[in-house]
Amino acid sequence: MNKITNNKAWFLVLPVFFIVAISAIIPLMTVVNYSVQDIFDPQTRFFVGTEWFEQVLGDSRLHDALIRQIIYTLSVLFIEIPMGIAVALTLPRKGWGVSASMVLLALPLLIPWNVVGTIWQIFGRADIGLGGYLINLMGIDYNYAQNPMDAWVTVLVMDVWHWTSLIVLLCYAGLRSIPDAYYQAAKIDGASRWAVFRFIQLPKMQSVLVIGVLLRFMDSFMIYTEPFVLTGGGPGNATTFLSQFLTRMAVGQFDLGPAAAFSLIYFLIILLVCWVFYTVVMNAGKQGEQ
Amino acid sequence: MTLTLENISKTVGGESHIDDVSMTLEPGSFNVLLGRTLAGKTTLMRIMAGLEPPSSGRILVDNVDVTGMAVQKRNVAMVYQQFINYPSMNVFDNIASPLKLQGVDKAEIEKRVRSTAELMHIEHLLDRLPQELSGGQQQRTAMARAMVKDCKLLLLDEPLVNLDYKLREELREEIPNLLAERDTIVVYATTEPMEALLLGGKCAVMHQGRVTQFGPTTQVYHNPAYVETGLIFSDPPINLVDAEVRDGAIFMKSGHQVPLTGHLSGLANGNYTLGIRANHLSVDPTGDNTIAMQGQVELAEITGSETFVHVHFNDVSWVIQEEGVHNPRLGEATSFYVDPTRLFAFDANGKLVAAPPVEISNGKAA
Repeated sequence: MNKITNNKAWFLVLPVFFIVAISAIIPLMTVVNYSVQDIFDPQTRFFVGTEWFEQVLGDSRLHDALIRQIIYTLSVLFIEIPMGIAVALTLPRKGWGVSASMVLLALPLLIPWNVVGTIWQIFGRADIGLGGYLINLMGIDYNYAQNPMDAWVTVLVMDVWHWTSLIVLLCYAGLRSIPDAYYQAAKIDGASRWAVFRFIQLPKMQSVLVIGVLLRFMDSFMIYTEPFVLTGGGPGNATTFLSQFLTRMAVGQFDLGPAAAFSLIYFLIILLVCWVFYTVVMNAGKQGEQ
Repeated sequence: MTLTLENISKTVGGESHIDDVSMTLEPGSFNVLLGRTLAGKTTLMRIMAGLEPPSSGRILVDNVDVTGMAVQKRNVAMVYQQFINYPSMNVFDNIASPLKLQGVDKAEIEKRVRSTAELMHIEHLLDRLPQELSGGQQQRTAMARAMVKDCKLLLLDEPLVNLDYKLREELREEIPNLLAERDTIVVYATTEPMEALLLGGKCAVMHQGRVTQFGPTTQVYHNPAYVETGLIFSDPPINLVDAEVRDGAIFMKSGHQVPLTGHLSGLANGNYTLGIRANHLSVDPTGDNTIAMQGQVELAEITGSETFVHVHFNDVSWVIQEEGVHNPRLGEATSFYVDPTRLFAFDANGKLVAAPPVEISNGKAA
């Protein structure tokens, strides 16, 4: 082989290496360090092996939070993805309506998480909030500060309001990339609206949808700010999701060992789910090919 | 079936896309729509298919008005410049899709898909997805899908443009044979004169939304009714020069003189435009009566087997097509020869008044 080796090229990788090391690898290693030790002060620490992991995994409050989290994330995905696709399909394809709807759709995405929380916190109040007032007016006893179900639904609606636009924009981009000739061909074949969606639009949106699902999964699985602003995880434990639980453990009770152990488990869960999802989707695509 | 277009016009936003087109396509005929980009070929095909309604005019199928009829009921098929297949279906299902929608029974679908695939030489690819196929195979699949359903009207909109040279030649040869024994009216849009000639059949020349000439392809080629037709139906475009007939001779604006003999003998006094195709010009004298002209070499394009020499004289640019590789120096003065028996004459309105008689073999056909 006549390959030219130039070891100087490694220097070009160094900046990236440093940035990744400082921003990700070193903090992660610190967490690993905490998770296997019981630390009283910098001089007094004991190696405890997997004790923290066992403790955390056996914690029934964590099991509850995990189940709550899974139900929440699944709800988010089952609402936002179909709704995003549906809205994208109804958007105009040309004219002034395109830019108007783009701006409208982008608005929620520009609002920071804690502001979204505050908006809905006020909006949902029965005394001074328009939403809460109207719902109560309709005879539904709605109070997110007292009723766990109400709080849970409020957080869900908040997320749907905030992030469905993202799916819409992704799907819309995917739809726009389909040449007009596909629709004509389908029309000539006499294909139904459903067939056009199932055999042209959906396959053409597949790649952006995978990205959309992954983003929404990761983000909703790590939801923290909105329930924190709304009720701080309450009432009771109704909106205590995994990250609330973790923060309470780490910052509230200062249980750094178990919190570190749990952080790692949390990280692995997200990594694993993403990997499984991605592999399954990509393989499903390939199987059809063979 | 017979497809008749009656005074079809299409205006979009005040802009005329199709301007008063009338033509009759006979059963089983192969029709080439030849025109430059934006001449209105695609729009006309879309109107024929029923994908778009015309702004005015009527479309008749076997003398029945179908102008407003939806495309699904017309039994047409269309193949596009892009390779359009259902991305998530394999080749078999793609070809079968129009039959499934028609409700044809399973065994029949199986039989017809296989025989069409065989015809298109893709029978070994039936299990593949479109994205795993080469461009040529994708287009073959799209064509198979169009042909499988035995439609009455098959529209091919520049189907070979996105293919590479070799595949294009291959498919171009196959297409007329594939469709020869069918009752289907085929309409094939192209921008390339060569393609039109190779495909044969009848040819409609389109220019600025109008069909300027419609007839058997070779006849249109040998008798372009207008200067524009000559320009469109020649590659490189036909060489033109203004001329005047007086005192029993033709005087080109470039100062050259052509005797009024042969097919040109009937020309009355007046102003004309003379045209000659690039392949009838030569850098060597080819006969006794050739007229020698002088020009400056502007450009020489060598395609391998041929050289296109662009020459400039008296504000006129001409292209000479020469066999073999020639390498004239740019800017150099060169002599070239016009064979007056190959001259076309158009009158002041651009209408053909004299065309050279058709020779069957002159070594430099087409």
